[in-house]
Amino acid sequence: MNELLRRLLSLPPQASRMARDIDMLHYFVIGVTMLASFLVGVVAWTFIVRYRQKAHQEVTVRVEAPLAFEVPMIVGVLALFLLWWAIGFRQFIEISTPPPHTLDIYVTAKQWMWKFSYPEGPSAVEELTVPAGRPVRLIMTSRDVIHSLYIPALRLKQDVIPGRYVTMWFEADKPGTYPIYCAEYCGVSHSRMRGRLVVLSDEDYGVWLAASEAQAVAPRDTDGVATPSDSNLRSVGQAVAVRRACFACHTVDGQRHVGPTWRGLYDSKVKLTDGRTVVADEAYLTKSMMEPRADVVLGFNPVMPSYHAVLSEPETAALVEFIKSLRDAPVAPGVVLPPVETRPEP
Amino acid sequence: MSAMSPGLVPQGGVLSVPPTFVNDDESIRSWLLTTDHKRVGVLFFVSTALMMALGGAFALVLRIEHLTPERTIVDALAYNRLFTMHGVVMVFLFMIPAIPGAFGNFLVPIMIGAKDVAFPRLNIASFYFYFVGAIVVLVAMQAGGLDTGWTFYTPYSVQSPSAVVPTLIGLFIVGWSSILTGLNFIVTIHTMRAKGLGWMRMPLFVWSIYGTSIIQVLATPVLGLAVALVAIDHGLDWGLFDPARGGDPVLFQHLFWFYSHPAVYIMILPAMGVVTEVVCTFCRKNPFSYRAIAYSSLGIAFVGFLTWGHHMFVAGLSVFDAGAFGILSMLVGIFSAIKVFTWVGTMYRGSIAFKTPLLYVFTFLFLFVFGGMTGIAVATTSLDVHWHDTYFVVAHFHFIMVGGTLTAYLAGLHYWFPKVTGRLYSERWGMLAAALVSAGFFVTFFPQFLLGNAGMPRRYYDYPPEYQTLHVISTVGSWVLASGMILTVTYLAWALKSGKRAGNNPWHSASYEWLTRSPPPPHNFDDTPAFVSDPYDYTETGRLSHE
Repeated sequence: MNELLRRLLSLPPQASRMARDIDMLHYFVIGVTMLASFLVGVVAWTFIVRYRQKAHQEVTVRVEAPLAFEVPMIVGVLALFLLWWAIGFRQFIEISTPPPHTLDIYVTAKQWMWKFSYPEGPSAVEELTVPAGRPVRLIMTSRDVIHSLYIPALRLKQDVIPGRYVTMWFEADKPGTYPIYCAEYCGVSHSRMRGRLVVLSDEDYGVWLAASEAQAVAPRDTDGVATPSDSNLRSVGQAVAVRRACFACHTVDGQRHVGPTWRGLYDSKVKLTDGRTVVADEAYLTKSMMEPRADVVLGFNPVMPSYHAVLSEPETAALVEFIKSLRDAPVAPGVVLPPVETRPEP
Repeated sequence: MSAMSPGLVPQGGVLSVPPTFVNDDESIRSWLLTTDHKRVGVLFFVSTALMMALGGAFALVLRIEHLTPERTIVDALAYNRLFTMHGVVMVFLFMIPAIPGAFGNFLVPIMIGAKDVAFPRLNIASFYFYFVGAIVVLVAMQAGGLDTGWTFYTPYSVQSPSAVVPTLIGLFIVGWSSILTGLNFIVTIHTMRAKGLGWMRMPLFVWSIYGTSIIQVLATPVLGLAVALVAIDHGLDWGLFDPARGGDPVLFQHLFWFYSHPAVYIMILPAMGVVTEVVCTFCRKNPFSYRAIAYSSLGIAFVGFLTWGHHMFVAGLSVFDAGAFGILSMLVGIFSAIKVFTWVGTMYRGSIAFKTPLLYVFTFLFLFVFGGMTGIAVATTSLDVHWHDTYFVVAHFHFIMVGGTLTAYLAGLHYWFPKVTGRLYSERWGMLAAALVSAGFFVTFFPQFLLGNAGMPRRYYDYPPEYQTLHVISTVGSWVLASGMILTVTYLAWALKSGKRAGNNPWHSASYEWLTRSPPPPHNFDDTPAFVSDPYDYTETGRLSHE
């Protein structure tokens, strides 16, 4: 049944459980839509034939819609629409909420290519390789205009916005190769900004990763900055931190300095000077590099300069990855850490 | 006729040629400097119809380009410019001004028994704002090669070297036309109704124009603001939408859709008013529920302002916001559903004359329900993630804008053609053209739903070859649609010169605009009108009061 409807509606293959769930709602909504417009057409046509004019300037009787007809109609339609909303929104929450322990891949979009960088080191243009049966999270940004990563086989799409890090997660369960498109108009070669999603079985993925790491030779990006494919993303991040003098103010071993330490920062709850509490996720870390005075940590002075247009996107991604790796880094002797309140595991 | 004016020249009067708004002063100067709302309506009609022809020509080239996956007749840059021009011309220069500017201007004062609109000079000014703005937009797009799409998304529109600024200046000017037209209608409807004509007895077309006018006045300034900000960013380099300098590219989308979603209702609400009038006249029936249609117009006008976020479900909106905008979008859909029930209910126990306008309305009903419910479908958050920015969305809004607004526009054009010109079009050619337009439309746009399902993104010059079959069907459909339109222009032009004399009320409608002569006299009525009858009364009492 699923296969028949999928083909009738010319939907692409379903490469995840979520895609199948969304298609079920799709069949429901589109089925009712077709039925409703067909019914309205049939009823209107029946009236046109049944009540066709029989005499010139014929007189008709006055008919007013009875409330007993109007109210159930309106309530019925509203209930149907709200049911769709409820099912759809539940699915939307699910596709917007990544599970813990995802495999993170950094995506950089620019006119007109997709670049995928792995924490283990390798990076690839146009081809996104992922293991089947494992949740994958894409952490994405754009270097120029708005793009949109669209994978029809997963029924997923996310706008990729310059100056922001947005995420999208999925768990593909059917090995195969599926198209990736850019769905947000981005200039003359918009329709050429395509790529491929390659879903491999877990073993094949391990083989692919080992081979890619071995092959990772150091290509230079156009602006001469080391790209994450130079080596391990974390060590690139550490190098970036040295180059950009981050350590002048931040420590990695829990010691207090001009700025908060990076040790144990990732995923912790941070109290801000304005009374808010935020979770130090990738978005917070990135925002704090770009707009450091927006969320100042309680007890520190707003002295950090903005690194907007200073750090390239791959550098930012590498730094974030480096800070994440310090979550459980060793603590300097003599330092007593305050109890860190971490986000509870869902 | 006794209801209003014993002084009317009887139908087919032969004593002398009475003055009409057409033959009163036939000089070109008097047309160009007119303050007569009927002539302003005709000026709007002619210019918006030319814009539709232009926008349609762009669309035909786009469709031909898609006959093959790679280059067919134009290159990628020309393609991007063509879809931009198609969108800008159709949305801003045809759809938004067409029905309020042409039909609204011609009919609203007559329908409420006024001699003109409240501000006649502002009315002709509104036309010239439109005219000048349209020329600026067209010249800028043609000379500068605008390629941003009609949505002007930042930061692309700020970085694009094309003529973004002059085009936006043109749109800013056109916006003034929209605001002034809306303002004029609101004041006219509030203050100039004939003695005894209460709000709940106005023809429902007036209600739909009233709802539209509220949106035009409230929403258009926000578009003006949004395009001004882009122009400033582009010209003066302030970095408002540039994240590298603390700007936010997504801010533009909020401002743009805060106007452009209600603008969809500017395009469809007057069309709904036309459908109501046509259904009642050709079924000789009172509307199934007057209040339901009147209040749902207002409901659409207000709730329509709260749904813009459903264009941005994948643009980085928070999950909570997506849910909120989703549920509000469901609510606005209800008002349209109420109207559909009421139109179909109006047909029940009517006396139905199946003429060209009603054939268009039949097409409208089917396409509007399908188009409207696919709108509910794309407002369903999880489904929208797949459909957003694909051909599914293209098909959805063409079902509403072409299947809905354009068919209603053609229904109204045929319905009021005798009112404006005093002549009848050929019913036989009319039915044939309506059948061609309806079939052509369906063949053009239904395959685009399937293309969207299959994952074909919009604004794609090249496409993977597996999409070709559906593209070819769609292109063939566009030729059928175009042939229907060309046929319509031909027989209407012929009827304008040589059609049979229509008499004052060829459809025997009870609605107020038919109480005066066709074409109407320069000041609409030969005598001060007093509307005592009900505009939708086709019962025995109604017949007595009309004839």
